[in-house]
Amino acid sequence: MKIKSEVAADVRKICASYANEPSPLMMVLSAIQKKYGYIPLEVQEVVSQEMNIPVAEIYGVVTFYGFFSLNPKGKYVVNVCLGTACYVKNSQTLLDKVCEVLEVKPGETTEDGLFTVDAVRCIGACALAPAMMINGQVYPRLTPAQIPEIIDSYRKKEEA
Amino acid sequence: MEPINSIPCLEKAMCKCSEELNAKVKGLNGKRAIVVCGGTGCLANHSEDLEAELKRLVKEYGLEDKVTVNHVGCFGLCSQGPFIKIFPEETLYRAVQVKDAETIVKEDLVGHRIVEDLLYVDPITKMRIAKQEDIPFYKKQVRVALHGCSLINPSLVEEYLGCGGFKGLKRALTELTPQQVIDEVTNSGLRGRGGGGFLTGRKWQFAANVEADQKYIVCNGDEGDPGAFMDCSILEGTPFSVIEGMMIAGYAFGASEGYFYVRAEYPTAVKRLTEAIKDLEEAGILGDHVLGTDFSFRVHLRLGAGAFVCGEETALLNSIEGKRGMPRPRPPFPAVKGLWGKPTCVNNVETLATVPYILREGWEKFASMGTEKSKGTKVFALGGKINNVGLVEVPMGTTLRTLIYDIGGGIPGGKAFKAIQTGGPSGGCLTAADLDTPIDYDALVAKGSMMGSGGAIVMDEDNCMVNVAHFYMNFICDESCGKCTVCRIGTKRLYEMLTDVVEGRGTEQTLEDMKAIASVLKDGALCALGQTAANPILSTMANFPEEYLAHVKDKKCPAHACKKLVSFTIDPEKCKKCSLCARNCPVSAIHGVPGKEPYVIDQSKCIKCGACLSGCRFDAIHKE
Amino acid sequence: MNTIQVKIEGRLYDVDASLSILEAARSVGYSIPSLCYWNGGHNSLASCRVCLVEVASAQGSRLVASCVYPVAWVGADKGFEIKISSPKAIEARRTSVELLLSNHSKDCQTCVKNGNCELLNVAKITGAKDNRFPGEKSKATYDDCAPGIVRDTSKCILCGRCVERCKEAQGIGILGFEARGFETFVGPAANRSFATSPCIQCGQCVNVCPTGALSEKREIDLVDEAFRQGKYVIVQTAPAVRAALAEEFGNKIGTVNATGRMVAALHRLGFYRVFDTNFGADLTIMEEATELLHRMKGEGVLPQITSCSPGWINFAEYFYPEILPHVSTCKSPHEMEGAIIKSYFAKTHNIDPKDIFVVSVMPCTAKKGEAKRPQNAANGGLPDVDAVLTTRELALMIKRSGILFNELPEEEFDQDLLGEYSGAGVIFGVTGGVMEAALRTAYHALTGKEYGPIDFKEVRGLESIKEASLDIDGTIVKVAVASGMKDAKKLLDEVKAGTSPYAFIEIMGCPGGCINGGGQPFVKPTLQPEEGANVLKEYRQKRANILYTIDEKMTLRQSHNNKDIIALYENFLGSPCSELAEELLHTSYVSNREKFPNLK
Repeated sequence: MKIKSEVAADVRKICASYANEPSPLMMVLSAIQKKYGYIPLEVQEVVSQEMNIPVAEIYGVVTFYGFFSLNPKGKYVVNVCLGTACYVKNSQTLLDKVCEVLEVKPGETTEDGLFTVDAVRCIGACALAPAMMINGQVYPRLTPAQIPEIIDSYRKKEEA
Repeated sequence: MEPINSIPCLEKAMCKCSEELNAKVKGLNGKRAIVVCGGTGCLANHSEDLEAELKRLVKEYGLEDKVTVNHVGCFGLCSQGPFIKIFPEETLYRAVQVKDAETIVKEDLVGHRIVEDLLYVDPITKMRIAKQEDIPFYKKQVRVALHGCSLINPSLVEEYLGCGGFKGLKRALTELTPQQVIDEVTNSGLRGRGGGGFLTGRKWQFAANVEADQKYIVCNGDEGDPGAFMDCSILEGTPFSVIEGMMIAGYAFGASEGYFYVRAEYPTAVKRLTEAIKDLEEAGILGDHVLGTDFSFRVHLRLGAGAFVCGEETALLNSIEGKRGMPRPRPPFPAVKGLWGKPTCVNNVETLATVPYILREGWEKFASMGTEKSKGTKVFALGGKINNVGLVEVPMGTTLRTLIYDIGGGIPGGKAFKAIQTGGPSGGCLTAADLDTPIDYDALVAKGSMMGSGGAIVMDEDNCMVNVAHFYMNFICDESCGKCTVCRIGTKRLYEMLTDVVEGRGTEQTLEDMKAIASVLKDGALCALGQTAANPILSTMANFPEEYLAHVKDKKCPAHACKKLVSFTIDPEKCKKCSLCARNCPVSAIHGVPGKEPYVIDQSKCIKCGACLSGCRFDAIHKE
Repeated sequence: MNTIQVKIEGRLYDVDASLSILEAARSVGYSIPSLCYWNGGHNSLASCRVCLVEVASAQGSRLVASCVYPVAWVGADKGFEIKISSPKAIEARRTSVELLLSNHSKDCQTCVKNGNCELLNVAKITGAKDNRFPGEKSKATYDDCAPGIVRDTSKCILCGRCVERCKEAQGIGILGFEARGFETFVGPAANRSFATSPCIQCGQCVNVCPTGALSEKREIDLVDEAFRQGKYVIVQTAPAVRAALAEEFGNKIGTVNATGRMVAALHRLGFYRVFDTNFGADLTIMEEATELLHRMKGEGVLPQITSCSPGWINFAEYFYPEILPHVSTCKSPHEMEGAIIKSYFAKTHNIDPKDIFVVSVMPCTAKKGEAKRPQNAANGGLPDVDAVLTTRELALMIKRSGILFNELPEEEFDQDLLGEYSGAGVIFGVTGGVMEAALRTAYHALTGKEYGPIDFKEVRGLESIKEASLDIDGTIVKVAVASGMKDAKKLLDEVKAGTSPYAFIEIMGCPGGCINGGGQPFVKPTLQPEEGANVLKEYRQKRANILYTIDEKMTLRQSHNNKDIIALYENFLGSPCSELAEELLHTSYVSNREKFPNLK
């Protein structure tokens, strides 16, 4: 599928902005991920042309790193910490509950495109274990019982 | 600030800044200074809002001429955050919420009365403690890598200069030859703080011995160990010291370019580091002809993108080069052929943050701390089932007991200590019998664990060690880069076997097969991640063999942590027939007649969620 | 050569200090199993862990990947000893193989690589036990949508040899490592099919794959069906096939010119006629040389680029559509021959061309796709060629029919309208050969004289780029030859930029030309120890030598002197590039760039 020409032009601009860096592929991909939230194959093809790197290699890089995503993420990304400090304090039960409430598996996005659930490794909030983060907002010392209310608060925000 | 483009300029600035910082701390300028913790833990607890609120209130109360407010790096005792400290009295308030700001302003700043409710309370004596230095948590700590953290504003180069910043660099550039710098670091006995514990000076020496038109120093800030945040805190609290360490390294072995590789998951650290680099470039400390000398140095920042394996140095180099972060075979070692094929030293954040201390204070002082082969101090991220969760820095040689009980404040809820996991997923679990082991690279390895980067997770009696090993194996299996056979498939098989064990399908043969793969993994994997991947299994198998046997022979989990091996039963004697459990049960597995017949759990339906147990008010439900 | 003393298995040896442990051990008579190691370390990821050996010293011992570990680091002077047979090393190698097997679809009996499987070989050598570590398998992809190559990731061991070939030898990079950990796989971007990727189907990846993960798409069934339907099944064989076919029957590389026995075998397989594609090659030369002369006279653009290699044509259509006007419109020899069989031959023999089934035996996987191009169906939409077998497939057909190849008598191609062929046609199979053949005829066409030395040695040799100039009665014609797409790009970029100094360029898709095509017998040092350690460096030259020897021994060495060719023009086509010749023997190209719209 051909991508919109303005997107292609923008991707080319991003590539050009790192042209002076040695081996800038990771920086380019990070910038695209940050701006668009995902890096589909079509965009990788543009990057491939601009940087003269085979698409297979770029796809290999995109699928290697957990931060890059091939599909759009939800508006709210629910990161449940499964770092050791959180895990020994039962953060797995938080993740189970989030998945149950949103009816998705880890890594998936809800049908309405509102939430993506990810299990992440340590968000640096070990002192607040078990913790969860939604779009940068940390929810400390959680119990599964608190989950539905938190998710609801985002849904309400959307409805409002 | 004025440009610092020569040594005399630097000396002048150091003088001025240290006077200013001293004045701030001692109140010599006639002002009181409030510092608010700006570490990730406290930020997550809204310390940024707290800082803003304090600033607003100071203005509202017309105290602008008498009080300054700014943020500093991590205080360490993260579980009690957010912290604020008021100079010159050095009053430390903990767990300060935004709503407490007004009280502090009214009571302390205006009324000069300590707000007792916000002081630290000693859990044993129940005494309130007003000063940081009197809190047991801090008493046995020595801050070397964390020097200045929680004192200085990490965004102000002036405050860094005020607390001895760039003294080490100055000494290196003005008094020592590159070789003397390497010797200084070698003599100090500093070993890599990221895992392996290789002598830093020797690593530099290798790179120095190679002739090349270009060399690189790379700072490994890809702290992937889940449950560790040392590097994060250092970069957030004292980014200048890491840059200074990098510059000293660059001078020592001839690198003119430095690369930071930092986890993208650390936005605050990335922000402060970016600002610090920019500030130093503007001040003239970074760039061509550093401080007017022949030494030129530039720093670049690259972000990780979520791959644990990139903490392995050759994988990290591949990642900087825009490739999949798969480790390279060694030799050639990075010191000979590293980034873009050029000689490269990869040093961990904490290692580089320690270097300025060694150059500033001299190697002898550093080497006077620690054990025979492990010198200086080490930062740990204490976590898990421990009272004082947080960041600590202790001299090498401190025992685990001191770390856990004196500093960490012991295990919460009166539970029994079971194990401490050091070294993250690559490390191992140590038991109560090992509590008197000194913190020392070789001593920890001898006990089947490792120093690692400094994660220290405490487990209590409720943690099942097989389950913990299962958790780590899942992690490693997910994070294996997939390059070499024994790690790619071996960790997967180990994970499957452990899954069998925790779900009651394992046999003693399963344990034998696990040992076979684990030993080949240890000896035959391509990189350090793979070679240490089996450590959690090997160390828990060695230290808790009875737990494994209970899982495979009796199909029981002694800690009642493995869901599939637990059963819930209702004691008919104790059951008050209230029906609460039946109502709480999500799968209608509990039956009885309210007020008449005691309730019974249908084991075939039970999903072992524990809802009945936590709901029962009569202690009638048992888990076994 | 710097030497170093090493201790291997308790004995001291002097070895080349620049080698890896594996190579050094090999040089003094030890064999260490390996998988990802390939071609003197061109691909040494050290990832398979099948070559682990123990390195012991007073400080202790550890396992290292012998394929990449420099022997210079473990000299005897430093107190090291290399132990291949230590229990630890043996156990580690065996476990590595067992782990690979635990994630491998073990349908070995029916696997196309049965007999050529390096994984099976190391399993045998290491004594791997079956099913020691059963468990889940990685998600697998089976892709047989493309005409020439089948990818079955359930058999992939992630050695990366194909990735290296595609990127480093061909400069294309269709294949890459994707995803991470246990789910890592090798494939085109987004795990697309080869059919929907700009893959040129050259099959170089197939040739290096140690297992059945990459293979040619077999068409033997099509041939069987044609026989069953009672068709006139006519076979033709490309020049490079005869240079390598005997290898499939245990003969050492470069030792047997298989022409006579191959023809004998084909006769025994029941083909109605057995022809030599060399006739088609001679025909190609007639057309291509004429086309060149036309272009030199200003009818069309220069340089002219050869069109015999379908891998190269695919490459041009995907990556260099701008230069397609430079590509000769001549069909490749077997397509020309097929078109003539279904017209001239059919007419002369009064056979309905619909009842003819043309089988080409080719050293090539891309030829399979070429035969399916709609542009290559001259006779009322009938494909010029109906099935393409690789050299390997022909060997299989011979074996399954119980024919003892090595004991066959030598037989001649059928002399029936298109039987005769020249030495010029034979050397089509090696890089520079088309150029040399064309120049012999072009020289004659321009001067009316034969080129004296006949041989045009400047364009021989296996270098990836060669250039030369020929003085044709005062006209200096500059020519260049490239094989392998990576180096061809250099010539193509000049053409694209309009700065190419050449009049005529020969390009072949595979490094070294057709003798090293993707359909040729596998060259696998670990499975062919009798070939010696340097086999990968030498096999192309050895196969090329067979073709040059055949050419030298021929009395007929110029295409334009082929009597059947002369007759064909006299009786049927008229003259080269006549209207009928254009219709039957020439083709057209399309840009495939638009299939990848995001490319600039």
